[in-house]
Amino acid sequence: MYALVDCNNFYVSCERVFAPQLEGRPVVVLSNNDGCLISRSDEAKALGLKMGEPYHLVRPLLEQHQVRVFSSNYALYGDMSRRVVQVLGTFAAGVEVYSIDEAFLDFRGMNLLAPDLMKYGRELRETVIKHTGIPVCVGIGPTKTLAKLANRLARRQRTTGVLVLATPAECEAALAQTAVADVWGIGRRYARKLLEMNIDTGAALAALPEPWLRRHLGGVVGQRLWRELHGQPCLDWNPAEWDDDGTQLSPGPASRHSVTCTRSFGRPQHEAAVLAEAVATFAAKAAVKLRRHGLAAHLVTVILGTDRYVPTAGPATRTAVVNLPDATSDTAVLTQAALRGLRQLARPGVAYHRAGILLSGLEPMGQVQLGLFSAPAADQQRRQQLMTTLDALNNRYGRPLVQLAAAVGVKSSAGQPLAPAWVGRSAHRSPRYTTGWNELWTVH
Amino acid sequence: MFSCPVPAGFPSPADDQLDAPFDLTQLLFRNPASTFLARVSGDSMTGAGIQPGDLVAVDRALRPGHGSIVVAVVEGEHTLKRLQLRAGQPWLVAENPRYPPLPVSRDMGLVVWGVVTHVIHSLSGNGTGAGRR
Repeated sequence: MYALVDCNNFYVSCERVFAPQLEGRPVVVLSNNDGCLISRSDEAKALGLKMGEPYHLVRPLLEQHQVRVFSSNYALYGDMSRRVVQVLGTFAAGVEVYSIDEAFLDFRGMNLLAPDLMKYGRELRETVIKHTGIPVCVGIGPTKTLAKLANRLARRQRTTGVLVLATPAECEAALAQTAVADVWGIGRRYARKLLEMNIDTGAALAALPEPWLRRHLGGVVGQRLWRELHGQPCLDWNPAEWDDDGTQLSPGPASRHSVTCTRSFGRPQHEAAVLAEAVATFAAKAAVKLRRHGLAAHLVTVILGTDRYVPTAGPATRTAVVNLPDATSDTAVLTQAALRGLRQLARPGVAYHRAGILLSGLEPMGQVQLGLFSAPAADQQRRQQLMTTLDALNNRYGRPLVQLAAAVGVKSSAGQPLAPAWVGRSAHRSPRYTTGWNELWTVH
Repeated sequence: MFSCPVPAGFPSPADDQLDAPFDLTQLLFRNPASTFLARVSGDSMTGAGIQPGDLVAVDRALRPGHGSIVVAVVEGEHTLKRLQLRAGQPWLVAENPRYPPLPVSRDMGLVVWGVVTHVIHSLSGNGTGAGRR
């Protein structure tokens, strides 16, 4: 068996842990740059506020109902997510972190330890809320796909918040209650195709013969889906790994195909120097992530986006890909490549709203194949040591202390760096209660 | 293989017998997932040795009992008090005569956020942890 644990209205729940007066009141959290609604409390949902609605459009409604509005505080959400996963780790042999607020648990063989999975699921749920303050729902099923389906249905019954699909009859009943578009793995395109053929529920989909799914839903992918719906696990299990001291979880190695860092700008930018500073900063951040996971990248993709809502000649998002002769995690090499990509990409006079860096073609660090014209091994080893030192310094001070000059913006006359021109709006961010020494949670 | 970077000579015989230096987080965060640090404002607990500006470690996983110092939720606010059971009724008691003890009525309900496990008090006077920019 597998379990899927999903945090209820996760970002709102994180805010409530440190602000109990928000309990029972409508609360929303805005996306990066205060763009749109990305998390809503049940009370906010009841007001008719929709996921993804632009903030400026729903502002009158928010004010009318005195909805508490927060900018996203990813330092807090990341820390709370880490705590939830840590508690989950005590309930299962393995945890696969699926997103910031969802994780799969390996319950294979669990029926021997805990014959009553319903009771075990409830105990898990109560422990997570007691230890972290975050309410969760639990779906348990014979495959990851069915666990995910059970979780969707568990969310409807907030009182128990746990649903176990143990028998084939229970799985069938759950499939019959699930719209085909809500089956994990059915994208919008397939959902439309299936609805045209009058296949409207998970049960109708599961009733089709296996070769049909193979033919119509993407070959092996369709076949796997059919088996998963029939209780035969065939999706990869890719558990997170604990650090040596058992406090940090890193995603399983195979789950990382790319590392990204993208942001929306506070206001549109067209100046080459500002864009270069932003792109260099993103490259440095992505490089740190890369090194944290012990990976090196072959490809650097630079992403620039213009306003989606303004009709332009070209596509709203443009990318340039720079190929590196050797896979690397060296901030200097990656930044150079990113700036080269930016020069290819940026058109003078065009105002950009977003920029980003995507590192792909990943391989484990140290297994790097040396090219014919690459730097000698001793040189590379020295560079790697330099990067380790850089990370250690920046880690110790909790914010970038040592940076490449390319990532550092204009300084004020007093020598203090000014806030970069590209930094986004976050007018309503709560304190970094659990990660910032100067923003610690206060008790009276 | 390269774990002992001595350029020449004999590797240190103590190399594989070294203990790690003390790590205070191990002491303070017995349950790292459920322990949170908070800054104390106000003087209601000075009698228990908790001064304004101190840091307290609060563990949500612990079960509060008679005499525990807790962070409780009263009227939507977090408050630091000692929990006492008097004739079966819970009271939230300040450790400072200037604040009267608060009986927890049945309809108010006792909400304990977590149990305080440690106090970190800086003697340099500028508050614990504030030296870190």
